[in-house]
Amino acid sequence: MIAPPPELQTPGAGDFAGHDLLEIAMGPHHPSTHGVFRMNVLLDGETVVKLTPVFGYLHRNHEKIAEKNSYLASIPYTDRLDYICSMTNNWAYVLSVEKLAGLAVPERAEYLRVIVGELTRLQNHACLAGFLLQDMGALGTPLMYAFREREKILDLFESLSGSRMMCNYMRFGGCRCDLPAGWLEQAVKVVAEFDSFLDHFEALLNENEILRARSQGVGVLPPGLAVNAGVTGPGLRASGVNYDIRKVDQYGIYNRFKFRVPLGQHGDVFDRYMMRILEMRESIGILGQALRDIPPGPILDPKFKLRNLRPKPGEAYGRIESPKGELGFYLISDGGPAPYRYRVRPPSLINLTVLEDMCLGHTIADVVIILGSIDIVLGEVDR
Amino acid sequence: MQTPEQIKDRILAAFPGAHLEVIPNGSPANQPSLLLDHAQAREIATFLRDDPELRFDYASNVTGVDWPEKIVKEKVKVRKIIDGVEQEAAELVERKIPGFLEAVYHLYSMALGRGPLIIRLRTGNRTDSVALPSLTPVWRSCEFQEREVFDLFGITFNGHPDLRRILMWDNFADHPMRKDYVPAEEPKP
Repeated sequence: MIAPPPELQTPGAGDFAGHDLLEIAMGPHHPSTHGVFRMNVLLDGETVVKLTPVFGYLHRNHEKIAEKNSYLASIPYTDRLDYICSMTNNWAYVLSVEKLAGLAVPERAEYLRVIVGELTRLQNHACLAGFLLQDMGALGTPLMYAFREREKILDLFESLSGSRMMCNYMRFGGCRCDLPAGWLEQAVKVVAEFDSFLDHFEALLNENEILRARSQGVGVLPPGLAVNAGVTGPGLRASGVNYDIRKVDQYGIYNRFKFRVPLGQHGDVFDRYMMRILEMRESIGILGQALRDIPPGPILDPKFKLRNLRPKPGEAYGRIESPKGELGFYLISDGGPAPYRYRVRPPSLINLTVLEDMCLGHTIADVVIILGSIDIVLGEVDR
Repeated sequence: MQTPEQIKDRILAAFPGAHLEVIPNGSPANQPSLLLDHAQAREIATFLRDDPELRFDYASNVTGVDWPEKIVKEKVKVRKIIDGVEQEAAELVERKIPGFLEAVYHLYSMALGRGPLIIRLRTGNRTDSVALPSLTPVWRSCEFQEREVFDLFGITFNGHPDLRRILMWDNFADHPMRKDYVPAEEPKP
């Protein structure tokens, strides 16, 4: 066995002779794990000296199910991966199938995707901020305000797709249905209200002494380790690495929108919290441009047959910037009606790679907020 | 953006004699991949990460693919004597392609904004020669994903710091993502 290079070895596993170490299984039913996730934590007093994540409580082999189904039948299953953000899961999957089969998307459908994708980012980040503050002990109030705004976005999703969370909205080469009457006006209103909600939320919390004392300098993730460990999304950018797939790949029509990529300086929990707040502001900017510019037109080629899609033999990897990081789908076709290989690149799982490195040396109470700041959903971690 | 052929040449310049092969991709995505040899895989991966022209500092996606043994029927033209005259005739020949397991890595360069470079590693067969060198010492992001490939496909990664099952439970015996996996009968209530 070859030992990993020193910079990748876990620090802190030193000599604890004479110390009374206590091993605690945190989870799988601990409320702060946001699902069924377990951490075996070894404690010296209150300080974490070793942390082992344990996965698999929600494993249902999503990939095997998808390899037995037709391409179309997997779209509703992708909703259940990251059940907070079903729209972006749909998007990543249909984008990969479009790459595999060489399909084009009408312009209006591209705008619709950007609009629902950025609305998804808003509600995911609002949830995250609310839950993170709940984990820090601000019981109820921030989460209640965040969920109030999220409800308005879920109402929009419901009137568009018929479902609040399991939207099943996108299709290969477009979207399933067009906007109902009055939806755009309602969306403009919701986005404007979200902006003022953010003003209030920031005024209430950003300067809060307890928030800062709990989160600043806690769970620091150095940029080199973040890149090497494949951390993506706001967690990577909080460490100061400028990598946003919307800018790098410019998938869909993201090259048409003006937005900035916020970057952190310290890579601690506070930076990861602020990253969500700043990204929500940028999403509001993108939504303003998209809701203003959306053209009329078809949303799906009416002659295209969705059922019984048989792409030519080959493979494709498509990825998007989902609210949690890089969500990718790797597909291999052998010319048959079902994918030969179907793989989800789950950002939540891979962002957990550095959980131990971030937690070592901090107290067990900090583990809760460090995990909360990573933003995981167990439907995606365990698949 | 360099093509896999250019990257192959660059690797060959640094590692003369390395076995590399560009695997074409038939889909419109046009993402060909690079098949690496086991022997120098980790050295080549380190080179891909550290070379100033390439700098693939980010291994995004790691996964396995199962290719069971398959029999391909091909028409082959043979010359044979029919009715005393030598003629060209088509004959159906069965060819056996031995099975193997494959690990696929999608690499990107965050520093240069490039990618993907897809590299593949193949095992000798599907039964007793299923070991591959682990790339976790090069890219830490492979840690959980190689464990998942080990768990679901049964590829053993030599040099992985913590190779255990990750999604299935520890005393589970089989590898569910293999194409010939048959689930055990559920006990009847």
